[in-house]
Order: sequence, then C-alpha cells, then structure tokens
Amino acid sequence: MIEAEGLTKIYGNQVVAIEDVTFRVERGQIVGFLGPNGAGKTTTMRILTGYMPPTRGRARIAGYDTVLQSLEARRHIGYLPETVPLYPEMSVRAYLSFMAEIRGVPNRKAAVERAMALTGLEDQADALIGKLSKGYRQRVGLAQAILHNPDVLILDEPTIGLDPRQVREVRDLIQELGKTHTILLSTHILAEVQQICDRVLIIHRGRIRADMTLGEALRSRRPDRIFLRVEGGDRQVTEILSALPGVRRVERLESGVYEIEVADSAKEDPSPTIAETVMRQGWRLLELRPVGLTLEDLFLQVTAQD
Amino acid sequence: MRNLWAIARRELGAYFVSPIAYLVGAAFLAMMGFFFYTDVIFTVLSRSEPTMRYIFGVMTTILLFVAPVLTMRLLAEEQRLGTLELLLTAPVQDWEVVLGKYLAALVLYLGLLTATGIYPLLLFWMGGNPDIGPILSGYLGMFLFGAALLSIGLFSSSLSQNQVVAAVVGIGLVILLAVASLPADGITNPTLQQILNHIDLRNHLMNFRRGLIDTTDVVYYLSVIASFLFLTVQILNSRRWR
Repeated sequence: MIEAEGLTKIYGNQVVAIEDVTFRVERGQIVGFLGPNGAGKTTTMRILTGYMPPTRGRARIAGYDTVLQSLEARRHIGYLPETVPLYPEMSVRAYLSFMAEIRGVPNRKAAVERAMALTGLEDQADALIGKLSKGYRQRVGLAQAILHNPDVLILDEPTIGLDPRQVREVRDLIQELGKTHTILLSTHILAEVQQICDRVLIIHRGRIRADMTLGEALRSRRPDRIFLRVEGGDRQVTEILSALPGVRRVERLESGVYEIEVADSAKEDPSPTIAETVMRQGWRLLELRPVGLTLEDLFLQVTAQD
Repeated sequence: MRNLWAIARRELGAYFVSPIAYLVGAAFLAMMGFFFYTDVIFTVLSRSEPTMRYIFGVMTTILLFVAPVLTMRLLAEEQRLGTLELLLTAPVQDWEVVLGKYLAALVLYLGLLTATGIYPLLLFWMGGNPDIGPILSGYLGMFLFGAALLSIGLFSSSLSQNQVVAAVVGIGLVILLAVASLPADGITNPTLQQILNHIDLRNHLMNFRRGLIDTTDVVYYLSVIASFLFLTVQILNSRRWR
C-alpha cells in the first residue's frame, strides 16, 4: 500500500533531511514511525502525501506514484499533519463537508455523518471549530482524514496534546481504523506504538535504522537482565546459576526472587538454560522473564549510533 | 473546476464571519460617501456638469489601501493555520486553490463596487444629467483596476504567514506600481520612459474615465492579473524545490 524507494530529500542544496529511505507497508498494517525530533519523520510523510517531491527516489501509494500520478495518489490518502489543519470560523459539519467536496467524495452528507460518528463528534456537529477543546479538534482532524475512506492513513503525532482519556479514545479509534486501513503513524510515545502498532520503523538522522515487527523488535535482542522467581534452592540458587554460560552475576533481591545479569559476551539468551537448570535441580519455576527490554531500550540503542 | 468553486465559496463564507470584510467595506463606503457628498456640494455651488470623474479618482486612491487588506488573509492565514498543507495534499491543483481564493475576493470587491452604484443613480435622481458613457466605462475601468490590485494583494499574501506583513507588502507593491510613471518625466531614455508610463496602474484608467474602452488598457489589466496569479501559483509551488 505504501512503498518508499530510496527517498532522499535535500533542502536548499545542502541540508539532507532524509537519505535513502526505503520501506513498504502492506495493506491492513499499523506501522509506528519513530525517531527523535528532526530525524526526518515529517519530511518523509510530506513526501508520501505528495506535499512535496523527493530530491531522489520515489514513493507509491496504492500503486500510484506520488509525483507522476499525484492527484490519484492523494485520493487514496487521508492525512493528519502535525498541526491539525482547521478553519476556526467554520462549524465541524461545514468544515467536513468542505473537505469532502474538495476530495470529490460522492455522497457527501453520508460521508460526513459517518466520519463524525466514527470519531464521536455528533454532539459537536454544529459547534464552531475555534471553540472546541484540543481533544475535539484532534478528532475533527482525524474525521477529516477518514472522510473519503482512504486506503492509507498518514497520521503525524495524532495523540499529542491530549489528556489521558482522549489519548485512549484516539488510540482505540486508530486501532479500530487499522482493521480496514493501512496506517503510518508517527509518535514520540513509545507505549503507544507498543499498544497499537504491528510494526515499527525507526528513523534517525534521516536514515531508517530499524524496520521490524513489534514481536521481532522485542524478542530478537538478547536481554541484558533476567528476572527469576523460584521456590526452593535457597542459597544454592545464586551459586549454581552463576556458573551457567552466559550469566555474569546473579543477585538475590529477596527470598526466592533473583535478578540475573547476562554476560556481554553471551550470544544467546540464557533463559532456556536457566529454566532447564531450575527444573533439573527440582526447584519450582514461578516466573522467568527478560527485564527492561522495552521499545524504549531499542529506540535508545538504535538512535545512540553515531 | 468543482474544487475551485468549493474553495471560492468557503472563502466567501469566511469573509462574512470575520469582522475584516465588514470593517473594510464600511470604511470604504463611508469614505466614498463623504467624498461624494463634498463633490455634489461643489458641483451644485459651481454649477458645473455632474460627473463621476472625481469620485473615480478618489476611489482609485482608496482602493490602493483597501484591496491589499481584503486579500491579506487569503493565503497568509492558510499558511499560519497549516490548512494550506491540507489543501495541497487534497486532490486539488495549486492553481485551483489560487483561483478559488482570487474569485472570492473578486466577488466581494464586485459587491462593494456595486454598492457605490448608488452615487450615479443619485446624480440622475437629483436632476443632473450626467453623461452615461463615461460612467459605465469608468466602472469597467474601476473593476479591472481593482481586480489587478487584488491579484497583487493575493500574491503578497502568499509570501508570509502574517496577515499584517501581507497587507503592508501588498500596499507597498500596489503604491509602487501606481506611481511608477511619476519619475518618468525626468528620464531622458525614451524606452525606459515608455516602460514606466506603461506599467503605471493608474495611467490605464485615463481612457476609461473619458469614456473610451481601449483594448490596450484592458489587455494591460488582464496581463497584470494573469502575471500575479501565475506568480502566486509559483510561490505555492516553490515548496517543491525549496
């Protein structure tokens, strides 16, 4: 649905905003687009939406080139830019109706009602946008993006500035939309990606540094520490487990609760060996899980390079 | 085309919910009314022929300030709100955005111009017998002149996110073009002199006021409009190569 091939954008002949950005997003995926501020997220999104062309490379939306078949590509995209683009002097309904009109939506009235229903805006339909709270404005922005039932949704920081309840509502909505739409969403909130995305793309200094499914992202890497809860073994536990390959140190946090530090040299996750050992010793294994391996760690690791 | 109408209609709606259109319209008509009144008094006292010449002259000067204020919001505000990004990522061509906005300003201006139609009607009603030819051609001239000013104002509005900056740049530009022929007399180079005389926005009103519709003048105003609209589209387009 979204194909980016070697996208490079150079501003004013020298500032390289993004370089050789290549990725694909298949139909029905929700992809989290992460990166520090100024990494090139907005630039990439602006190229995908046809707002500006790349200096090199090309992008396709639903098979249409964003430069050569720009209008056709734009018909298949719903876009929520970082600053929600609203006309404060219009009512929600009038604004959505205008957007539907310039998008060439055939049954305008029905499309507007549907978008308002999906975003929970019915009770504010005739309110002036300028008088709405930030949460409602964000919803109007989302409603605008889904009006024409586009195949692809590109959302730049959709939950920024919302209170926790609104964040939850918008996330639920995105998840719901994700069942039928292809979504690329940028965010700073890693928990959000963990919650609603199938895949994560991390961009840093204009280059894609990680592109993997969320499962891979969290599983593939060997944990640095492992949390263990056992029954039995007492004093022996520290001693026996410390001797295992790949284990640097075992710390007893309290009775039956241990934290195992993985040696830097270890190639593989020592968890299976630890589990086996525990069983062989006849202790009861209550809990064994990697500690602190979060998207945050991955993000920091990836963006710490150079 | 459908997009162009949609944008023009939205823009006209926006004019009437913001105080700017009312304020500018009221100020324009109040000033025109004042000058019309003094002109009528003068005409009656001096027992001279009632004409619209003086009124058209006054209107020319007032429009230099009014037109850029009417257009200052059009693209500047759109850039400030971020809605321009929305329009330019919708399946709409850049020129449709520019023309739609221009059309809205033009309709508003046409409304103001029509409102001043009461003055010649009053001249007839008061029993004066003004020559109708110069009035009609004068109005055509005022329409073209104002339309040219609006295109320059729209261009200025594309240059900034700030409405005030857009208005100031617009007023500066139209005044510059309206007084272009002033230094012409002191210039010995005949080509340059001719050029300055030709690009002067007000020079081309002379014939209209005399009751003459000269193709040169019409073509001049139409080319000013086309040029500035074209430049505005290029400014919007410049995001592509910046």
